[in-house]
Amino acid sequence: MSGHTTELVVFIALFALVSGMGFVAARWRKPKDIESLDEWGLGGRNFGTWITWFLVGGDLYTAYTFVAVPALVFGAGALGFYAVPYTVVIYPLVFLVLTRLWSVSHVHGFVTPADFVRSRFGSPTLALVVAITGLVATMPYIALQLVGIEAVLQSMGVTGHWPIIVAFAILAAYTYQSGLRAPALIAFVKDTLIYIVILAAVIYIPIKLGGWGNIFDAAAAKFDKSPAPGDGTLLNVGNQLQYITLAFGSALALFLYPHSLTGVLAARNRTVIKRNMSALPAYSFLLGLIALLGYMAIAAGTKPVIGENGKPIGNTVVPVLFDNMFPDWFAGVAYAAIAIGALVPAAIMSIAAANLFTRNIYREYFNKNATDKQEATVSKLVSLVVKVGAVLCILLLDPQFSIDLQLIGGVIILQTLPSVALGLYTRWFHKGGLIAGWALGLAAGMWMLYTIPNPASGKLHFGGSAFSLGELGFDTKTTVYAGVLALAVNLLVAAVVTVALRAAKVADGVDGTRRDEYFADEGDPRVKDLDLAAPH
Amino acid sequence: MAEPPPRTDKGPWNWLLIVPIVLPLCTFLFNADEPRLMGFPLFYWLQLAFILVGVTCTVVVYRMTK
Repeated sequence: MSGHTTELVVFIALFALVSGMGFVAARWRKPKDIESLDEWGLGGRNFGTWITWFLVGGDLYTAYTFVAVPALVFGAGALGFYAVPYTVVIYPLVFLVLTRLWSVSHVHGFVTPADFVRSRFGSPTLALVVAITGLVATMPYIALQLVGIEAVLQSMGVTGHWPIIVAFAILAAYTYQSGLRAPALIAFVKDTLIYIVILAAVIYIPIKLGGWGNIFDAAAAKFDKSPAPGDGTLLNVGNQLQYITLAFGSALALFLYPHSLTGVLAARNRTVIKRNMSALPAYSFLLGLIALLGYMAIAAGTKPVIGENGKPIGNTVVPVLFDNMFPDWFAGVAYAAIAIGALVPAAIMSIAAANLFTRNIYREYFNKNATDKQEATVSKLVSLVVKVGAVLCILLLDPQFSIDLQLIGGVIILQTLPSVALGLYTRWFHKGGLIAGWALGLAAGMWMLYTIPNPASGKLHFGGSAFSLGELGFDTKTTVYAGVLALAVNLLVAAVVTVALRAAKVADGVDGTRRDEYFADEGDPRVKDLDLAAPH
Repeated sequence: MAEPPPRTDKGPWNWLLIVPIVLPLCTFLFNADEPRLMGFPLFYWLQLAFILVGVTCTVVVYRMTK
């Protein structure tokens, strides 16, 4: 551990400071009573533009993004830059789609996407399917946040799992106590630290490395020598379609995750969401620069930490680059920024997963007449269980496998798009068609992921998300993001089964929503403001 | 309390949002090294510039549909 003492001291000091804030957060914007799901899980639904900006930003740009995206650029080049178009495409989509969800949720008091689906399609079964899909897809995402923290610790020479267990115990304790207020408050610190670190990195490191031109040339030289066919500082014939579908599919998947909705639903009104969607791309710019840290690492000759199995740990590229380039105290600040950046989304994700369980499984199937207080208690406990599950994922599984799980998670969550996102626009689909589409889309997605090998790690299956069209009998090297193809299967099946069920006159569920409810805004008497104690 | 005015989220301005959804996905526009800008190959600086296009379009639509 010698040589990393300063880094460790700075890291621990900042981490402790932020944890203290998490516990104080319960008193922030003081609610009369935190013993309800709306208070604990949605922060009373009265967050304004600034808080929503930090909350949604903290949600979408996670520690994993800061570690894994540059690691992908380091390893594969241009393909890893898909994160930029992905985060450009997502905001107009959210702008259009989630404002509708905000309105209908505030009229009916929905907390989760499954709440909406249940009412829209009159089907508890479809709602259960959406809830379970969300839960399964979210858990590996939380685990991945730990991978980010782990990469930082490994770069400081800290091995073993106990530091992660400590970090997550702290996180679990303050989320239990303060609910959504904790990550909202911490996100301020996290973003400030990350902005400082990244601005320093993209100004200071290129100067040290002889300018951006040199950095790109060094990267191009590395990829020219590498035997792998898919890498390079530009896209090639084989991976252009993969780039497009990955960016578009990831954008569609991201706002279907229950935790993205949590941040959006906590906004005070539609204007807050729209204003945010105009301002959030500031993060995309940051993300683009972060991605380029991968090339800086190439130019600087950074060597990732070698793991216990003798293979290099790709995710340590950025932390090691910081260690080599920055003075020790600043590397400590950078590490703290990444680790705190992991805590914010992990807290929001576990709250969203807990809300899903409580609303759509506990209340639906176990306790129909649950009181507000019972719901909040169950949610708090489930958020603990979810976090323990995430820690176990890391302790019991190979971290590389948790990254693959996340990949599978994206393909899985995309299968709720017809019910949740299209459901906001049309009631045309039959509930039976949506369930059939979900099942077959999921099956198709799993099959495609199964066929994808990863030559780098020597795995034959579940080695990535780039599905080769050659598998379908086409004579081509073109690859496509498996999630988008699976979604196409889903939509096709949903449409065909809908037509068939309608022709057979099979009864459909009753729509519990009305058209004009999709446009209701703050001030409308139907829009419930359940947090009466909050200042406006 | 008075009835709220009838609302909708449809409007011609929303079509402007198609631009930042489609433009970043047109790889043929930016998949090249030259011309470079401050050392950045076209692939990188043009995609970063699309972020500004995205911000402009969403801000315009937000202002016009407020």
